[in-house]
Amino acid sequence: MQTIKRDLVIIGGGPAGLAAAVSARKSGLDDILLIERDRILGGILNQCIHDGFGLHTFKEALTGPEYAQRFINEFQSLGIEAMLETIVLSLDKDRALTVSSKKGFLKIQAGAVILAMGCRERTAGAISLPGTRPSGVYTAGAAQNFVNLQNIMIGKHIVILGSGDIGLIMARRMTLEGAKVEAVFELLPTPSGLARNVQQCLNDYNIPLFLSTSVFELHGKDRLTGVTVATVDERFQMIPETRRFVPCDTLLLSVGLIPENELSLNAGVRLEPATSGASVDDQFMTSSPGIFSCGNVLHVHDLVDHVSEEAALVGRSVVDFLSGRTLSTLPARIPMVTGKDVRYVLPQNISGKEDVTLSLRVTRPMRNASVLVTDRGRKVARKKLIRLHPAEMIRIKVKAKDIETAEKLEVSVQ
Amino acid sequence: MKKKNLVCIVCPNGCDAEVLMEDGSEIKILSIDGCTCDKGKEWVEQELTHPMRTIASGIPVEQGDFKLVSVRTDAPIPLGKIFDVMTVIKRRRVKAPVNIGDILVPNPAGTACNIIATRNVKFTE
Repeated sequence: MQTIKRDLVIIGGGPAGLAAAVSARKSGLDDILLIERDRILGGILNQCIHDGFGLHTFKEALTGPEYAQRFINEFQSLGIEAMLETIVLSLDKDRALTVSSKKGFLKIQAGAVILAMGCRERTAGAISLPGTRPSGVYTAGAAQNFVNLQNIMIGKHIVILGSGDIGLIMARRMTLEGAKVEAVFELLPTPSGLARNVQQCLNDYNIPLFLSTSVFELHGKDRLTGVTVATVDERFQMIPETRRFVPCDTLLLSVGLIPENELSLNAGVRLEPATSGASVDDQFMTSSPGIFSCGNVLHVHDLVDHVSEEAALVGRSVVDFLSGRTLSTLPARIPMVTGKDVRYVLPQNISGKEDVTLSLRVTRPMRNASVLVTDRGRKVARKKLIRLHPAEMIRIKVKAKDIETAEKLEVSVQ
Repeated sequence: MKKKNLVCIVCPNGCDAEVLMEDGSEIKILSIDGCTCDKGKEWVEQELTHPMRTIASGIPVEQGDFKLVSVRTDAPIPLGKIFDVMTVIKRRRVKAPVNIGDILVPNPAGTACNIIATRNVKFTE
């Protein structure tokens, strides 16, 4: 098998991979290879044809394909090499990759690797839906691919389980295409997606959203004929007398996203239970030296603008690592821990030598509260917020001068 | 005096706006609370008088490297016109090549917008 060498290999050509590649090149790195399994660059943005992308980055509301194209244009104008229709089969801790393409197998030895594989949708199997196994059950993203890229309509009477953003976006999309969206059911007492999407994707079209309600059985032999739904109590247990049958021919699942980290695990990368992504330092380097992570494979984002920003930082970090500047000067000695009402905080370890932007999510919806960063009780940073919601990632800046002597930083909501 | 609550859709922040209005059928806004930017306040005023939305869809392409070219309105359209505009979009067919920004339908259903391409579709045999 042929073996080639590259200073930097980026796995994944979605928004994270593209922004990381562009940033690394602009930081002076020549020898970059990006590997993408699809025939086109842009990743999941290609099927996200609704607008609202790029409000932070470009100050305008672009659709997914337009947002992707801006980065693809920059990537191509910088002459960065991409291998399309190529799958990475393995990655080890010494940054040796085996890849497969139409040309055959290839081994690549990388000086540094950026993991940018994105995430996958939780499926019907993953949430153990009881009942029959008829056709007509799709994840919302798969349905989005059929309808928006392949011009295949997937059903006429649609029920959506889960109020994640993709489910809400698909409720509107299917309605515009002439389908009847009967209802959206959400197990939690609050919507999982952004409030604006509940407004413009459901309320605008009079699509009902039932909270604390879930699907408990699928019906139908060949094609789905309906679902049994019921309300749940505070412990998410079904209240039997609320069971009712909702006729439909299609069920879309929008029940969560999981970072796709199979490759990372084989490379010895330590994962965090709270994010299902890698544990990283403030350079976004994982527990395997020289292997970095960014975008949805690191933690599921709600805004692509934040993915691009994070990936650009990783591109610069990698160039520092390759030039030998990182490990000796910036050991990530300060652990970050979660306190009251914080589900996760990232990075998980920081050096204290550079300013750092923390990304975090809260555990429950709250109003008029502050995110507080403390070092053994001493306040390091604080951000006041009117609304805090688990669906909305919160970012808070911490200055190096405030954490030089810190031993452990705790992030909590007060 | 009457109160109305709206969720702003201008950006992903989705601010909760609380509007105080004078009683009566005519809309006279007394105060807007909860918006964190001026664009949001403008949107709230618009939403109460004549709500506007942007929409996105797809148009089939002949001889393209994609089966569909994704499209959107290049300016907001009245909420009540969405399905009229969709009917126009659904009838349209285009030939490759198509480039981002190409106007595929000018002023659909009499609205002050264009339907523009949001994807490059190359010509293939």
